[in-house]
Amino acid sequence: MESGFSSPRSDVFPVGLRVLVVDDDPTWLKILEKMLKKCSYEVTTCCLAREALSLLRERKDGYDIVISDVNMPDMDGFKLLEHVGLEMDLPVIMMSVDGETSRVMKGVQHGACDYLLKPIRMKELRNIWQHVLRKKIQEGRDIEGHDVFEGLQILRNGSDRYDDSQFLRVEELFSVRKRKDVDKYEEKEFGETCSTKKARVVWSVDLHQKFVEAVNQIGFDKVGPKKILDLMNVPWLTRENVASHLQKYRLYLSRLQKENDPKACFVVGMKQTDSSLKDGDGNFSVCSSLGVPQTDVTNSSFSFSGDNFLQNVDSIGCEADRKRVVQEQTSEPKRAAATELIKTRCTHMKFNNSFASVESEGKLAACYPWVEAPQMKLKQESKPHQVQINQLPSVSSISSGRSATEKDKGSSIESKAPYSEDCSQPMVHLNPPKASTDSCSGKAKSFNEINDHFEPISTATAPLGVKNQNVIDLSSISTDLGSGFPFSSFDEDLQGYLFQDGCYPKNLEQIIEFPDYGDPGIFTEGPTHLYDAMRFGYEYSYDPTEYPVIDEGLFIA
Amino acid sequence: MERNQLSRQINRMRQSLFDQGSLDEQFVQLELLQDETNPNFVEEVVTLCYRDSYRLILNLEQALQKSPLDFNQLDSYMQQFKGSSSSIGARKVKAQCTLFREYCKSGSGEGCFRTFQELKKERTALKNKFEAYFQLKRQAGPSQIASRPK
Repeated sequence: MESGFSSPRSDVFPVGLRVLVVDDDPTWLKILEKMLKKCSYEVTTCCLAREALSLLRERKDGYDIVISDVNMPDMDGFKLLEHVGLEMDLPVIMMSVDGETSRVMKGVQHGACDYLLKPIRMKELRNIWQHVLRKKIQEGRDIEGHDVFEGLQILRNGSDRYDDSQFLRVEELFSVRKRKDVDKYEEKEFGETCSTKKARVVWSVDLHQKFVEAVNQIGFDKVGPKKILDLMNVPWLTRENVASHLQKYRLYLSRLQKENDPKACFVVGMKQTDSSLKDGDGNFSVCSSLGVPQTDVTNSSFSFSGDNFLQNVDSIGCEADRKRVVQEQTSEPKRAAATELIKTRCTHMKFNNSFASVESEGKLAACYPWVEAPQMKLKQESKPHQVQINQLPSVSSISSGRSATEKDKGSSIESKAPYSEDCSQPMVHLNPPKASTDSCSGKAKSFNEINDHFEPISTATAPLGVKNQNVIDLSSISTDLGSGFPFSSFDEDLQGYLFQDGCYPKNLEQIIEFPDYGDPGIFTEGPTHLYDAMRFGYEYSYDPTEYPVIDEGLFIA
Repeated sequence: MERNQLSRQINRMRQSLFDQGSLDEQFVQLELLQDETNPNFVEEVVTLCYRDSYRLILNLEQALQKSPLDFNQLDSYMQQFKGSSSSIGARKVKAQCTLFREYCKSGSGEGCFRTFQELKKERTALKNKFEAYFQLKRQAGPSQIASRPK
C-alpha cells in the first residue's frame, strides 16, 4: 500500500499499525481492508478464525491489533478473542451487525477492547490505534515513572533512533523500553509493589505443557508461581511470568464455566477494591493501582508480581476488570480480607449460583483457588496452548460483601458439565469434565479428585495443542460438520426451486464471470467456499456452469 | 454535452436511490473509499455482496423448506445476510432482515415466509437499479467522478 509520506521522519505512530482483520463476510473484509488502508495502516485479512490464529502464531509480533467479527463459521469470535488475548496478548476489537447489549457485554467480558457495530464507519477505524497505545501504556505502568514518560516521549517525537525509512511501530517503540527495563530491574525483588517489566514471554505449547505438568505435580491446593517455576526448570522464565500465566489460566477456565451461567453477565464493579494491593504478606504483589485488599495472604502459596498479569488484565481495557482479576489471584484461605477476592474467584467458577450471593465464610477461601484448578486442568487438556485470561465474569457480587458464599464454591465445579453444551463448535469444544463438581464444598482434597477426573478428558479431547495440529484438527472437524447436514447436494433441486421462486433471472445459461477485483487477498475463495460447502452440505463451487450465479452477474457491460 | 447529460442522469439515478430509501449512508462510505487505486471499488463491492449473499439466500430457501422450521438456524442465516446487506447500505433489504429476525424470535413461520419474499423482491429491485446505475457510470467513463453527498 502506498504510504505517500513525504518525510519518513514525520511518520509516527499510528502510521503503519499492523492490523489483522478476521471476518467471514468477504464484502466486509474488502471494505474494511480498504478503510484501514486509507488510515495508513498495514492490513492483513483472513476469513477464518483458525487461519487468523495460525497467522498470529506464526508471527508472534507481527501484528499490533486484531479486528474480528463475532460470528464466524469455524470458531466463535469470542473464543478467538480469548485465544488472542491469552496467547498473544494483543488488543482485539469485535465487530457485529448485532448490537444487543448482552452481546456487547459478552465481548467486553471476553476481553474485547472495543465492540463495533456494523456498518462500520471509517472514522471508527481511524482511532483503533488508541487501544494499542493504551495497552502499551498499561504495560508500562509497572515501570517507574520516568521510563514510561520516556516511552511516551518516543511516541510523541518519533524517535531518532529509528530508521528513517521505517514506520514507527509500536513494538519497536516499546521494545526499547522493555530492554531498558530488563537491564534495570533484573535484580529487583519479586515482591515489590511495582513489578518489573520484562520482555514479554511467549507461552508456546511446550512451555505451557511444562507449566501444566508442574501445576499438576504440585497439586492444585499447593500451587504457586514459585513452585511451578521450580518444577518447570526453565531458566529464563521468571516467577512473574509464571504467576501471570497462572492467573490467566485460571480466569480462562473459570470463565469457561461461567459461560453456562445465565446470570454471568455482570458488569465488573470492583471500584471498591481500591485499597492498595501492596505486597503486604509477600504473597501478592501487584501494582498498587490495582487496589485489591491484600490482607491475609500469608497462607497463600502464591506470589506473583502483577506486571505481566497487569498487562493481560489491562488488555481487557477495564480498570475494574483488572482489579477483579487481581483479586482472583489471591489465594489465601482467609476470608475476611480475602473475601472479595474469593468472591470473585468463586463467582467465576460457579455458574448455577446467583452472583449476588457471594457472601460466604472462610470455607470458600479454602477452596477457591482450588476450584479453579480443575478448570485449569480442563483447559490444559484440551488446548494446552490456549490460556485464556480474559474472563471478567460477574463481579457485581464482589462489590457487595466480603465473603464468598459457601455455595458459590459448591457449585463451582458443576459448571464444567454445562459448559460442553455451551460450545457450539466441536472444534473448540472443551470436553466437559466428567468429574462431579459437587466435590467443591470447601475441601481442598476434592480438587485432587477433580484433577484426576480431568485426566481422561485430555486424552479424549482433540489434541489441539500444537498449532499445526490445531489447524488440521479443525479442518477435519469441519468436514464432519458438513457431512452431518441433510442436504448433501441439491444443486439441481435448488435450480428448480429458484425457477419457481421467480426471484432469479431465468436466463441461467448466461454465465457470468466473477470479476477480478484485483485483490486476491480478499477472497479466500477456495478454502472459504469449500468450507461453506462442507458446512452447508452442498457443493458450493464457483463454477458458474453448475450453479445459478446469475444473481451475481449484476453488471454486464 | 453528452457527458454532462450523462452525468446528470447518473446523479439523478443515484439520488433517487437515496430518496427512495433503497440506500443509506453506508453506500456513501463506499463511495468515499473509491479512489485512483480502486476506481471501481463501489461496483466491485456491490457485486461481491450480491454474489456472496446469494449463497445465504439459498441457505434460507433451504431452511424455510424444513419442517418444522428451525428458527435459530433461520435467524443465524439472516444475521449473516443482514451483515452482508449492511455492507453496501441496502436499507430496505436490511429492514426486511430485521423484520425476519423478529419473526424468528416470535416463532412465526408465516411471518418469516412473507418477509423473506419481500426481502427477495427488494433485493432484486435494488440489484436492477444498481445494474442500470453502474452501466451508466461505465458509459460515462473513468472521468466520471463519484458523486459526493449533497
